[in-house]
Amino acid sequence: MKAAPGSVASQGDITAEIAAIAAEYQRARGAVGQDAQPRLDYPPYRSSALRHPKHPLVSVDPEEVERWAPCFGHQDVDPRDADLTAGHPGEPIGERIIVTGRVLDESGRPVVGQLIEIWQANASGRYRHQLDQHPAPLDPNFTGGGRCLTGPDGTYRFLTVKPGPYPWRNHRNAWRPAHIHFSVFGTAFTQRLVTQMYFPGDPLFDLDPIFQSVVDRAARERLIARYEHDLTEPEYATGYRWDIVLSGARRTWTEV
Amino acid sequence: MTELACTPGQTVGPFFGLALPYPGGSGVVDDAHPEAVRLHGTIYDGAGDGVPDALIELWQPDGAGRIPRVSGSLRRPHVGGAGFTGFGRAATDAHGRYGFTTVTPGSARRPAAPFFAITVFARGLLDRLFTRAYLPDGDLDTDPLLAGVDAGRRATLVCVAESASGRPIYRFDIHLQGPNETVFLTYRNDRR
Repeated sequence: MKAAPGSVASQGDITAEIAAIAAEYQRARGAVGQDAQPRLDYPPYRSSALRHPKHPLVSVDPEEVERWAPCFGHQDVDPRDADLTAGHPGEPIGERIIVTGRVLDESGRPVVGQLIEIWQANASGRYRHQLDQHPAPLDPNFTGGGRCLTGPDGTYRFLTVKPGPYPWRNHRNAWRPAHIHFSVFGTAFTQRLVTQMYFPGDPLFDLDPIFQSVVDRAARERLIARYEHDLTEPEYATGYRWDIVLSGARRTWTEV
Repeated sequence: MTELACTPGQTVGPFFGLALPYPGGSGVVDDAHPEAVRLHGTIYDGAGDGVPDALIELWQPDGAGRIPRVSGSLRRPHVGGAGFTGFGRAATDAHGRYGFTTVTPGSARRPAAPFFAITVFARGLLDRLFTRAYLPDGDLDTDPLLAGVDAGRRATLVCVAESASGRPIYRFDIHLQGPNETVFLTYRNDRR
């Protein structure tokens, strides 16, 4: 089912590889339990071939420094950094959207005052980056990077425009579903998360090897924001909610 | 309390340069700091080629083993001599090389040997990887991780001291795959 080495795979080849891995996961699921993280070795994502460790991760008790995370504060982040539609001479082209949610730990406790950074393509699917040669227009009024700190209840909020789908060269006619990259710090080093948020109902989900590298459907769906009309502001912007749950070690085990 | 299911990771992709690197990110202390040291290395893929689109984060205690609780990493107030935040971020160059100016970490708890805590991100790497860059002159035989790790792979966790005039230089190369594959970590009680 794999394309011959050296040749460029078609979407059909990639889709077949994705389906074969998903079927194998479904068969094995009872034995291995839920696979909540992406597979580091995921052949349909071609660039993962030489960039995943082959040894299993070594399990270790976190040392004291790993039970803490770097601190960020108001001198790090300007409140205007959360508005990706501002800071340019005019308004960016595209659907203005509000993206908000809470950062929580697995017990539901909010992660307070921590740094969130995002980056994304513009409305036509082009990143403002020298390596992005997609022949879609750059928008002089959109850079695509933002930051904020979570509030007392773990809430973050960004104002931006909806990114377009983005073509890449994993295989022939490869397109990424529209997404926003998120970088999140928790209260411990071990909770560090970099991920991508997707939009509901994207027709490219089944075709995308990065999204599908999370082989468990329920886990994968946790990457998708939901449209929420109560967040939508009349005649201004539509609203999406996406909560982020960080796994990992907690300082409270050793706190007395 | 009901456990919430965690959010999966995804690759940092090729365009993190838009948002994550920042001026002064690799200068955890100023070059003029009297105890400044250099931590540098190359990130390699499984073919032995440098990874030009990787990002390294550094997190560490200060020289006395104290864990910083100081904000301001993104604005670097300490460059004027103020607080040590313990956090740095460096993107690799076209050859896969990264480097930080920082201080030698102390040990926060004996018998753990002192180390730099390292997070690795890259295009092609679907989730971040954690590792530790131990000081070569630490008490490596009593460290709980090093004592238990396969002897043939232990050196991948230890910096190489490079001779230089004056300032200590530590080299820590990271192999994502291959015969010298770095030991990467998962934390116990982490339900991933």
